[in-house]
Amino acid sequence: MPSVTLTVNGKQATVEVENRTLLVQLLREHLGLTGTHVGCDTSQCGACVVHVDGASVKSCTLLAVQAAGTNVLTIEGLAKGDELHPMQAAFRENHGLQCGFCTPGMVMSAVDLAHRNAHPTEHEIREWLEGNICRCTGYHNIVKAIKAGAEAMAGSR
Amino acid sequence: MADTGIGAAVRRKEDFRFLTGKGNYVDDINRPNQAYAYILRSPHAHAMVGKIDTSKAKAAPGVIAVFTGEDIKVGGLPCGWVVKFKDGSPQHEPPHPVLAQGKVRHVGDPVAVVIADMKAQAKDAAELIEVDYQPLPAIPTMEAATKSGAPLLFENVPNNICYDWAIGDEAAVDAIIAKAAHVTKIEIVNNRLVANAMEPRAAIAEYDFGTGEHLLYTTSQNPHAIRLLMGAFVLQLPEHKLRVIAPDVGGGFGSKIFLYAEECILTWASAQVKRPIKWTAERGESFASDAQGRDHVTHAELALDKDGKFLALKVSTQANLGAYLSTFAPAVPTYLYATLLAGTYTTPAIYAEVKAIFTNTVPVDAYRGAGRPEACYVVERIVSKAAQELTIDPAELRRRNFIAKDAYPYQTPVALAYDSGDYFATLDMALKAADYAGFGLRREEAAKHGKLRGIGLASYIEACGVAPSAVAGALGARAGLYEMAEVRVHPTGSITMFTGTHSHGQSHETTFAQVISDRLGVPIENIDVVHGDTAKSAFGMGTYGSRSLPVGGSALVKALDKVVDKGKKIAAHLMEASEADIEFKNGAYTVAGTDKNVPFGAVAFAAYVPHNYPLETLEPGLDETAYYDPKNFTFPSGTHIAEVEIDRDTGEVKLVNLVAADDFGTIVNPMVVEGQVHGGLAQGVGQALLENAVYDAESGQLITGSLMDYCMPRADNLPSFTVGTHVTKCTHNPLGVKGCGEAGAIGAPAAVMNAVVDALNAVGVNDLTMPATPEKVWRAIHRRLAA
Repeated sequence: MPSVTLTVNGKQATVEVENRTLLVQLLREHLGLTGTHVGCDTSQCGACVVHVDGASVKSCTLLAVQAAGTNVLTIEGLAKGDELHPMQAAFRENHGLQCGFCTPGMVMSAVDLAHRNAHPTEHEIREWLEGNICRCTGYHNIVKAIKAGAEAMAGSR
Repeated sequence: MADTGIGAAVRRKEDFRFLTGKGNYVDDINRPNQAYAYILRSPHAHAMVGKIDTSKAKAAPGVIAVFTGEDIKVGGLPCGWVVKFKDGSPQHEPPHPVLAQGKVRHVGDPVAVVIADMKAQAKDAAELIEVDYQPLPAIPTMEAATKSGAPLLFENVPNNICYDWAIGDEAAVDAIIAKAAHVTKIEIVNNRLVANAMEPRAAIAEYDFGTGEHLLYTTSQNPHAIRLLMGAFVLQLPEHKLRVIAPDVGGGFGSKIFLYAEECILTWASAQVKRPIKWTAERGESFASDAQGRDHVTHAELALDKDGKFLALKVSTQANLGAYLSTFAPAVPTYLYATLLAGTYTTPAIYAEVKAIFTNTVPVDAYRGAGRPEACYVVERIVSKAAQELTIDPAELRRRNFIAKDAYPYQTPVALAYDSGDYFATLDMALKAADYAGFGLRREEAAKHGKLRGIGLASYIEACGVAPSAVAGALGARAGLYEMAEVRVHPTGSITMFTGTHSHGQSHETTFAQVISDRLGVPIENIDVVHGDTAKSAFGMGTYGSRSLPVGGSALVKALDKVVDKGKKIAAHLMEASEADIEFKNGAYTVAGTDKNVPFGAVAFAAYVPHNYPLETLEPGLDETAYYDPKNFTFPSGTHIAEVEIDRDTGEVKLVNLVAADDFGTIVNPMVVEGQVHGGLAQGVGQALLENAVYDAESGQLITGSLMDYCMPRADNLPSFTVGTHVTKCTHNPLGVKGCGEAGAIGAPAAVMNAVVDALNAVGVNDLTMPATPEKVWRAIHRRLAA
């Protein structure tokens, strides 16, 4: 079995995986980072979004071996201890989550958007979220949260 | 305490764990020495099953066991509701085996289970199972299933009809229709939907040989019901040896109410292989095995007098139940549907008949709204059609027929008695928010750009807070539908509350804590709400039908009453006063008319450290449990207004505005209520414009079997919504609450389709079925133009 070395949330990890193991399986099953979720089998839902070398990626579409040598950030690595990341805080403040299942992917995706576009419009946010499905919120409060979160991130720079 | 009490937009207690990746969903849980199950499912919609050769699979790497229907000799999945034929005879209730017994009846029907050390090994081995299928003609549609000479799903269910039920006086309704000044007729198709909670179903079963206890983790909206149904009817396990835990659950929308085969298979098999077993559905399996929703075909006729007053409504519906009776399936197209056909109106005579039909499709059961969206769709579509035919403004026609706001309690002709409401207020609120008066100008402006603009209303009602047990029982329910609450005050005054409802997005951990904080004056951070574990909450019927706050919240108030009352006795003793003189407010007991007081925390402490305590008349401790059986359903209502703009060249329907004005009674947390409305609206818009479960008419294959093919609403399909509430309190529960979880999904489909049809009227199209996809709209426009 191939051995994969990568950095996850600032810590280096070396894991033996099957060739077919996906990055999301490495995170969930080998490293116990179960905050990254699997909601579909066709790369539609976006519950598994993490950052690989700073860019949002669906971790179900990447083989673990492809992630060798990369720097991966998951939802577990976003907050500083008990202090939520501004995007996490904005989701809480704006009730941008209900059941919480799509939330990690939504937040990780939103953080990447805010890095690329510090002041996204509602339209830009809705277009960006094409790859993230939420069944609970109707997106209304997610859009509000991302707008507020992006502004907070821009303000704290 | 007002900042964390009833009415405050308290930020949610549950959010921190969800936002930091610390949610605890079933698939996140792993048990020591755990094995994995893979379910082999039928690729055929209808086939006889001959020999199943599992020998190669059993010899495959890592495989622990393979079981088929031959091996698993347990009861079938039970049905929780009996509906009767018109002649009084009971519905047909064919067996629903957990693994196929000689026949499969839909694509996805479970045939065998492989258990292996690793998930991939189980899946690989399943491919080695050889099943001798002898395909039969598939009958995926109701039309095919009821044709004379159609193949039968079950030998003893003639014509594939489960029941043919009716409510009302047909002859009386016919007589009114025959003499009416105007009769509006409509054909309605209520499209089949897939719930698609973002978390796929999952389960882990474990058996402790030392104690004989079974433990099942499962993605359920009602763990106690799963324990009861699976224990008593399928596996013959007593409750005290069966613990069911539904931890964090990633959405349900009805689809996680029901007892499913996989829960039973795993619980049984874990005792056979002496290992914990985990199963997690792939999304494709969710499509092939989660109960689906809606799927009605209806003909309706509304009789009106010359002034537009409704005189009678006649409705004939065919409801597709799929291949088997799911847990609550029979109730959905009958008691949760036809009893809502009065809507918000004074229609004095109503007759409805419902034929429920088995087909070679995934079973159909409750999905957000369950019967009530279907009823609203019939009523609100036909009312708008009548308005168009009579050239009466649709808002005005509704107003002419609304139940007067001083007419409560109002007995409808279809069994329900509404306790409260003000449909005029929510209509006016919605009209204002939607700038209904200004629509004409917007339509003209759109026309200048070649666009068709339409506006549509739906003034819905729903029956929530299921349900008064005796009423439900008389109507065929095999369960009681009360709720339980336990308020356990700890010695230092913090509180753990146990509920039998289940939160999978509804925010009970926050809202129930608000009710407690409001009443006892305890800071909300000192209150935890526990749900989802049969070993923690004594009992409960779970969460569906917007029942958690109306029923579970009422049980909570009763338990709080008991806590406060017991505290009074303790406080009276501590302050050496008469119990009759003790008042409780703002978190302290006081002696009326004095400044003597003792805070709630001190009373709690005295209850657990009873050194100075009336032990001769009062037990120590402060831990109270209450059960509440609702006196009536609750009746949330409101008006939703949609505005659409249609591109004539592409057929694309753009939803430009969606307004919801709702009456949910008392509101505990307005932020949470708005969130629930938003989510419901999105599902309603999804039904109207995007979603459709399509089966191939020949093969019975589900063509929309993945998220690539089934069109879930995305952020860029929807606008931001405008929502507001008007409060008339429920008169028969202590909080005055009505429930808000389903409203959006009930009102929105009719509002959106009325808007689409309103827009298309300009080009002579006066009807369209959901979903109004660009292709369908384009064809309707161009077929009409060609003619």
